[in-house]
Amino acid sequence: MKQYNSLRDVRTDLTNGEVTCRQLVEQYLRNINEKAELNAFLETFDEEALAQADAADRKLANGTAGKLAGMVIGIKDVLAYQGHRLQASSQILDGFKSLYTATAVQRLLAEDAVIIGRQNCDEFAMGASNENSSFGPVLNADDHSRVPGGSSGGSAVAVQADLCLASIGSDTGGSVRQPASFCGVVGFKPTYSRISRYGLIAYASSFDQIGIISKSVEDAALLLEVMAGPDAYDSTVSQRDVPAYSGLLATDTRYKIGYIRDCFESEGLDAEVKDSILSIKDMLREAGHTVEAVDFPYLDYIVPTYYILTTAEASSNLGRYDGVKYGYRTDNATDLSSMYKKTRAEGFGLEVQRRIMLGTFVLSADYYDAYYTKAQKVRRLIKEKTDELLQTYDFLILPTAPTTAFKLGENTANPLAMYLADIFTVQASLAGVPAISIPVGRDANGLSIGLQLMSRSFGEPALLAFSNYILDKITVEA
Amino acid sequence: MDTSIRDKYQAIIGLEVHAQLLTESKAYSSDSTEYGMLPNSNLSVITLAHPGTLPRVNKSVVEMALKMGLATNCDITRYNLYARKNYFYPDLPKGYQITQDKTPICTLGYINIKDAEGNDKRIGITRIHMEEDAGKSMHLPGETETLVDYNRAGVPLIEIVSEPDIRDSVEAYNYLMEIKRLVKYLDICDGNMEEGSLRCDANISVMLKDAPLWGTKVEVKNMNSFRNVQRAIEHEIERQIMVVENGGKVEGETRNFDANTGSTTAMRSKETLNDYRYFPEPDLPPLIIHQEWLDGIKAAMPSLPQELYKRFVEVYGLPEYDAAVLTDAKEIALYFEELCKHTTNYKAASNWMMGQVKSYLNELQLHIRDFPLQPEQIAGIIALVDENKVSHSVAAKQVFPYLLEHPELNAQQVAEQQNLLQQSDSGELTQIVQAVLQENPAKVEEYKAGKQSLVGMFMGEIMKKTKGKADPKVANQLLREGLNA
Repeated sequence: MKQYNSLRDVRTDLTNGEVTCRQLVEQYLRNINEKAELNAFLETFDEEALAQADAADRKLANGTAGKLAGMVIGIKDVLAYQGHRLQASSQILDGFKSLYTATAVQRLLAEDAVIIGRQNCDEFAMGASNENSSFGPVLNADDHSRVPGGSSGGSAVAVQADLCLASIGSDTGGSVRQPASFCGVVGFKPTYSRISRYGLIAYASSFDQIGIISKSVEDAALLLEVMAGPDAYDSTVSQRDVPAYSGLLATDTRYKIGYIRDCFESEGLDAEVKDSILSIKDMLREAGHTVEAVDFPYLDYIVPTYYILTTAEASSNLGRYDGVKYGYRTDNATDLSSMYKKTRAEGFGLEVQRRIMLGTFVLSADYYDAYYTKAQKVRRLIKEKTDELLQTYDFLILPTAPTTAFKLGENTANPLAMYLADIFTVQASLAGVPAISIPVGRDANGLSIGLQLMSRSFGEPALLAFSNYILDKITVEA
Repeated sequence: MDTSIRDKYQAIIGLEVHAQLLTESKAYSSDSTEYGMLPNSNLSVITLAHPGTLPRVNKSVVEMALKMGLATNCDITRYNLYARKNYFYPDLPKGYQITQDKTPICTLGYINIKDAEGNDKRIGITRIHMEEDAGKSMHLPGETETLVDYNRAGVPLIEIVSEPDIRDSVEAYNYLMEIKRLVKYLDICDGNMEEGSLRCDANISVMLKDAPLWGTKVEVKNMNSFRNVQRAIEHEIERQIMVVENGGKVEGETRNFDANTGSTTAMRSKETLNDYRYFPEPDLPPLIIHQEWLDGIKAAMPSLPQELYKRFVEVYGLPEYDAAVLTDAKEIALYFEELCKHTTNYKAASNWMMGQVKSYLNELQLHIRDFPLQPEQIAGIIALVDENKVSHSVAAKQVFPYLLEHPELNAQQVAEQQNLLQQSDSGELTQIVQAVLQENPAKVEEYKAGKQSLVGMFMGEIMKKTKGKADPKVANQLLREGLNA
């Protein structure tokens, strides 16, 4: 079967009778089996996916198919899907099955998408390499000795290796954008609150946002338009109307673009990545866009601020995994206190435990003001400065990650180095603005380089249109 | 305790009252709050804190909290943040309670109570905030494991924190009774301490009366009746005084009240207290109280006990005792209010309410809402008496009981149909009086010889002949005329 790069291509072949939804699902299931060593999927929903495909085929035949008929989607193991296991790649949720379906997933199904399976990720979405999964690491399909990025590593590799057409992940500090960058695919985090979080396992609630990994910007736009919008089950979701993003991708606007000077001068930035992104800057300038260097004075503060706030929220959000109501419970408890301690020590991996400890510390009465309160203030400064820049500039561009995919095990001994891999992605998360990573080149090792674009809150139509424009331009010029 | 010792000390008391709100659904989900269901039946994935679930605010919780704030003269916080209070306990499904920390919805109010001498006293309200209840751990006989019932988890509460303005157990009792009256008048809580819908913790310290600083405060929990709050405070004050008298230091700690022994025992010291790690709840947006919303709630506020009390005393001229009894329960007070629209004999109305009506309700254990008579019907009975158509005794013993059996009638109809209207027609009565005198010539002689007390016997005979319908005044007049003739 040929490789599809967008739902549009799939629909053309479906319409021409060259393929059926069932055949697509069968092929993707074969691919998943053949590339099982990538460890991208934790499980597949074969029978159910085939039944959904048959239903989509019937609806296509009688003209009642939804927008996503023919779209085969994998979901990160942080999204609730009724009757299916859900465990955030953690042993603490061993054996747990969700009793309900996440709002976003429900909306995909309502438009006749097929959900093919559950994807590996860093435990509780905490990580930048997918090495923190209790199911083992996911391998980068371009180089099996390298990581796919994280935390939505399985989701990125699934699209990279043609195991499904698109993946739904989550992005708290770059967890969709950074693996997309490492795997050469599109990774898109919408504005905070654009998509309901109901049914998304919480890591850091004021940052978490469902994101999309796809081969084309057009598919990302279409999936956003299906999943976004008000939801009675999420009090924080935006009440704004949802534009038909996928129909708004054409653009001939000459934009004003800022590139954050400090990012390009940062020590850890790989030279090839830097050159690649700078060449895009030049390409855009030549195409008639205004591209200017801008200063963002808080670069040194964004990673500490991000980790103080996200670990604080995580320490609370993960309190519910206590062995009392569901999931894993230790066999070695002697009393209530030992049940809590042993259950959580045995059920959570080391990185999750580290972040719970950090978060508990920064929220403790004696340190609250020094850490949590201060970080909240810095977050507001970062947001205000980012919003201010995005009033002057339509987009801010910067690398998605300072390097291309690194080796498995390269950073596992040094959590701080791992945290710094997030340096370019957490700004958009702290500010709540939408950001996207698109593949713009490869380094000497053939590893993918991602360009990140941020836009003002709810500026998705222009952000997606401009990303699409850049990808078209690169293809034409290549 | 010797009063000479006791009198050297002053107690300082503040109360924290939790009131379970009478909403139909839980504070942050649409799960039912119905009481008495089978364990773990009022549940959903939200109550059970399944992964990925989120809270939603129940608007009626906010409205009930606002009502209590208005009733206690509080300032209303317009920009409210919810907060998480983090701790581990099996009855707390999320690992945190959604509450309010830095921005309680109501602040700086007060209520008026009576002190131990019966004088008016104002007790400050520090804050009222909204939160959710936990589930219940159950230790069943023969069961080695602890079981948890989550029906109550997420049921809305308000916590009402008083200023440390309370000085003794009588004031504490009166404060708590006033809180109970208010929540019942507002229809936001059933006020039942025994069933736990109203709960009270007390912070108590003692100091020498001229001491510049307050003593160390001790928190007493687990007082599950109004009387027990009074008992626990009494005991705790004396315990602390004894500690100080014996040269010791009162420990800052939480103590448990044991209703069987009437004493308190240490539960945990303040040093080992949980650090609850409060922080703003990121899953709920700030709650903003708009003026229009608040105005609507103000407009719909019912009359409150102290307003009614004032009106009963000042407008209806009732004794304070009557006003206090009548305003104790909202429905009685409202019935009385209605009754006063149909009569101007307010004292008689009060007597009827506190007398016959209350006895009837008590005897049959009925609530006033199940009382078969309308206020107009009671007013009708009062009018019969006032117009001398029946005596009070006939009204109470015959008209009222008959009316209860035949609530479709009015008092006048009962008196007519039952032939109870008083005979004040002196012509007919004169004949009856004469007949009685003629039938008892010996007694008449005795009377004339000076035995004045025989008037009662003659009146009894007259009443017998008239079946009690003789207007006693007229009959008495005629009798004396006949005897003295």
